[in-house]
Amino acid sequence: MTPFDIAIASLFLMFAPVILAPCCARSRNLTIHLSFSLTAAASLAAVIAGILCVHLESTTSAVVQMGLPDLPFHLRLDPLAGFFLCVIGLLAFFVSIYSIGYVKAMPANRPITRFVVFFCLFIAGMLLVVLADDAFFFLVAWGLMAASSYFLVLYEDEKTENRRAAYLYLVIAHVGAIAILLSFGVMAAQANGFETFQGYTFDAMRATSYPLGWATAAFLLSFFGFAAKAGVIPLHVWLPEAHPVAPSNVSALMSGVMLKTSIYGIVRITFDFLKEFPWWWGGIVLVLGLVSAVLGVLYALMQHDLKRLLAYHSVENIGIILIGLGLAMIFTSFHLPLLASLALIAALYHTLNHAMFKGLLFMGAGAVLHATHERNMEEMGGLIHRMPWTSALFLIGCVSIAALPPFNGFVSEWLTFQAFLFSPALHRPILSLLIPLGAALLALTGALAAACFVKAFGVTFLGHWRGHHHIQQVREAGWSMRIGMLLAALTCFLLGIFPTVVITWMDVLSRQMVGGKIATSAGAFGWMWLTPYSHERASYSGFNVFIGILAVVLVAWLLLHARKAGIRRVPIWDCGFEKLTPRMQYTATSFAMPIRRIFGFLFAIREESHAVEPLRHAAYPQRLQYRLRVRDRFWGWIYEPLREIAFFLARKIGNLQQGRIQVYLLYSFVTIIVLLVFLG
Amino acid sequence: MIVYSFAIEALQLLLLLLAAPAFAGWVRTVKCRMQGRSYAGIFQPYRDIARLFTKEVILAENASWIFRFTPYLVFGVTVMIGGIVPFISTDLPFAATADVIALVMLFAIIRFFTALAGMDIGTAFGGMGSSREMMIASLAEPAMLMAIFTVSLAGNSTSLTRMVQVMAHGEFVIRPSLAFALLAYIMVHLTETGRIPVDNPSTHLELTMIHEAMILEYSGRHLALIEWAGQMKLFIFSTLGIAVFCPWGIPASNDLLAIIGGGALLAVKLAVLGVILVLIETGMAKMRLFRLTEYLGSAFLLATLGMLSFFILE
Amino acid sequence: MSLTLAAQINSVMAALILLTAFGLLVQRRILALLHLFAWQGFFLCVSTAIVGYVTGEHHLFISSLLTLTLKVIVLPYILYALIHKLKIRKEIETLVNIPMTMLIGIGLVIFSYHLTAPITQLSTLMTRATLAVALATVMLGLLMMVTRRHAVTQIIGFLALENGLFFAATSATYGMPMVVELGVALDLLIAAFIFGIFFFHISTTFDSLDVDQMARLKEGD
Repeated sequence: MTPFDIAIASLFLMFAPVILAPCCARSRNLTIHLSFSLTAAASLAAVIAGILCVHLESTTSAVVQMGLPDLPFHLRLDPLAGFFLCVIGLLAFFVSIYSIGYVKAMPANRPITRFVVFFCLFIAGMLLVVLADDAFFFLVAWGLMAASSYFLVLYEDEKTENRRAAYLYLVIAHVGAIAILLSFGVMAAQANGFETFQGYTFDAMRATSYPLGWATAAFLLSFFGFAAKAGVIPLHVWLPEAHPVAPSNVSALMSGVMLKTSIYGIVRITFDFLKEFPWWWGGIVLVLGLVSAVLGVLYALMQHDLKRLLAYHSVENIGIILIGLGLAMIFTSFHLPLLASLALIAALYHTLNHAMFKGLLFMGAGAVLHATHERNMEEMGGLIHRMPWTSALFLIGCVSIAALPPFNGFVSEWLTFQAFLFSPALHRPILSLLIPLGAALLALTGALAAACFVKAFGVTFLGHWRGHHHIQQVREAGWSMRIGMLLAALTCFLLGIFPTVVITWMDVLSRQMVGGKIATSAGAFGWMWLTPYSHERASYSGFNVFIGILAVVLVAWLLLHARKAGIRRVPIWDCGFEKLTPRMQYTATSFAMPIRRIFGFLFAIREESHAVEPLRHAAYPQRLQYRLRVRDRFWGWIYEPLREIAFFLARKIGNLQQGRIQVYLLYSFVTIIVLLVFLG
Repeated sequence: MIVYSFAIEALQLLLLLLAAPAFAGWVRTVKCRMQGRSYAGIFQPYRDIARLFTKEVILAENASWIFRFTPYLVFGVTVMIGGIVPFISTDLPFAATADVIALVMLFAIIRFFTALAGMDIGTAFGGMGSSREMMIASLAEPAMLMAIFTVSLAGNSTSLTRMVQVMAHGEFVIRPSLAFALLAYIMVHLTETGRIPVDNPSTHLELTMIHEAMILEYSGRHLALIEWAGQMKLFIFSTLGIAVFCPWGIPASNDLLAIIGGGALLAVKLAVLGVILVLIETGMAKMRLFRLTEYLGSAFLLATLGMLSFFILE
Repeated sequence: MSLTLAAQINSVMAALILLTAFGLLVQRRILALLHLFAWQGFFLCVSTAIVGYVTGEHHLFISSLLTLTLKVIVLPYILYALIHKLKIRKEIETLVNIPMTMLIGIGLVIFSYHLTAPITQLSTLMTRATLAVALATVMLGLLMMVTRRHAVTQIIGFLALENGLFFAATSATYGMPMVVELGVALDLLIAAFIFGIFFFHISTTFDSLDVDQMARLKEGD
């Protein structure tokens, strides 16, 4: 079986529950087990197809006589598609296992079938986006992905908040899709003119060389469209609304892999179709990436809703990926294939890593959500005692996303830093000087992300329980949820320890896209050392870091425990104060306060505090009520004016509506006359 | 030959473990002397640590495994870093494990887990310490990396070994960029090791403590490990500074004589550096927390100026 | 002294001048500002002397000496006396917060580098690299005048700007003709005296040297 056959088989398996689930709708348990086992199998098949395809460097394409007459669907599996197939499949596999437990634990009155159907369609849509090889099919798959995820976001539709979020998501997704459609239009026109339709295949677009003006138009349009889907600032507003309200397994998929389809799109269009471009395209991508990374993490720090916080971190991580892509584009435009491949590999590796740890974190958040029925971190605390598995796995996710060695997030950030440091190779002094400043912003992002996850983990899992109901009601997640998270955590760990293996496997991507290949290893024990350029330039060994730390920790622990020194458990020292309450702990808001104060100018902050009751006696403290609202500034800057304009236009157009049939007939009549005048 | 170089590596780790408390003791002694106080001698830290190891551990009731695991991890990571920074020889088998950027992130592990341990008990002090520490770190890290970038531009490498070799054995060039980077590095050094003007290692005053607030609940062998690791961190940051900015004398081979000579030179450099640190600490007052943005902003500015002057002037 | 060594020392001086320019931009205390300004003058004088020594343009020694007397000794002394007399003690508030000023300053340095890069590529002078620093010093001086609200700091900003111009002349063309330099020096001296007189008047009229008070001169509505 070729990788392509496996991929097709995976697609069929993925569609199977769509038909099977309604048939066995009567048994809730059967539906869940059957469908999610099938999606897990299908995802695993997709992973195998992807791994094999990249490994064998095979490219297979096929034409399916479906769709409109004379416009058949084209499918193609090349290494780039294979890589993304692998990313999507891997997370979908973990999430499918996780979903068995998660969906079972949902309230019994929710219709399961609907969820299962859209879940499968969603994953299938993402796989098809990657496999599509013509503009028409790509957009169909893109629409399938957007529509099914819209219904999934809307799954708990009894809340107004959810409907509003889903609607916002749909609007921005469509605006983005229109931009992508226009971009394809521009490229197809260049590929084959307006006379025939054959320009719509990706093959035709790939074979064409574009004049700079049209290429720029196509790039800008497609980048706008994909940026809207990826949540690049300032097009990110739907993301922190839609991701938290979706069921957590869906948020894991949306955040982990759906955003990555737009990374796929950007790579496909810039490196595969357009190929030659001026450096400032990369500059745009780089700057937007930096802005998204820094603002994304800062907004994340201000959140106290666990899932919203994670959603803003997706903005940040998409930013980091775009930084890598932007650098790759700049290096490519200066014809430095080796460096371009370093940056591209950094971006793609971060794509894979982010899928893993963000999926893990959303799954963990889902487990917490089911246990506590609460998304607000201020109502949590001390969960580590009740949910040891979830907390340990969530911690692995936190460490990975905070880019701490030896986990995976660090490797890709490190590669990005290395790419930044090659800026002196550019022939423009001003660029070589400006680009390293971006590295400082990336460092700021990394440090703030660490702060944010100390907050997220510390407030949620450590300290004392702050919630209203009793902590005894909080239960550890079920086995399937734990297995799903465990596998994702294990992948995070392995990707951090053995990056050389993965990067060697990925080499074909950089060779095909930018024509360079980074030297990943040197000398004996080559798999141990990650040396992107040469071992004199820089080297890192996650394996050694892990073994070294482990060895010292073990030796210290053994030495100190051999002597049987005792541990005495005592109540907390309360400084002589009468009674410590959980409310005296640092909260998520107070944790972020110093950073809020320093970077306050980036947020729209409304802070008010007033006394609730009159002062009884000067010796008693007053009861105060404190309110804080931190908002994205982009709402006020961009979206509210846009909404005003939209409403204004709608009112103007509303004037056409007269309610009298004669007037409507007159409109049609005038239209016909006008058309006849122009066409006749 | 491989065994020999591993022996040198072990020697370096041993030196780190043993000399770090003495260096911390030296800094304390000089500080006391400069401020006209009587001093306990440079061996006091050994006695403190030995004492703490024999003491019973008092643990808060709701402390989780994170709280108990953190001291070991902090110790382990610190020793790990000590094995990477080439200060007795540049020919260490472990030196390639991490370059400078990875080194900075290794320090971030220590910070991350110490901050988590601070939040684990659930007292206000711990949370306060963690929150402040993470805020300061997020400002210090760009400055630190910028300083490192500047140096790595000059050496055209981020590998520590390579940077040391280029500086110590390459052609001597006066580089203003390195001077800027050095200033920035010293400022970050004071920040990262929790010294005045950012933090005061010898205070337990609620409103001013940062690092001490996070580790307030530790006792016995846990505290001993953390204290020891803290002293090693001071030692490592100092030797890292020496290796990057003043590496002359660090031998490039594992010749035993050269290593002894280099070690003696290192001791002299460390002694001088200790005096400089004390001079800065004595000459400055601790800053208000929100003045630190200006302090660390200046460190960032200096590092950036270093980078700019590398491109403009060199 | 070999040519490369001289060029290296000269670039160290340029770096120090840039550093003092930033120091002036962010320092709050007025006496420290004055010291920084004196140091800037000193580095300028050393740099000029080095360029003079290496190129053999002897008139540069005279300008170096002139810088030393005027900018390191006389002007700081006049300003010091002024501060002493007007009893200015408190910290000076800036209009824009300091970290932001620093970032703008970095932006200006990059901008001046971008502006002078083509000139640098054409020039063959030993001092060509420092031209960007000189331009940056001018701009930082201007920025200082914009962001500070105290009259004395504005004057220091102006003098720093003049330092930058002088440095630019040295690095671009090995100094201006002697006559011009003498004239400028005289102008500066006279300017300092005039400033002194104006300060007295401002401070007696408004009881303060905060230039925001000048807004009161606007016709009321």
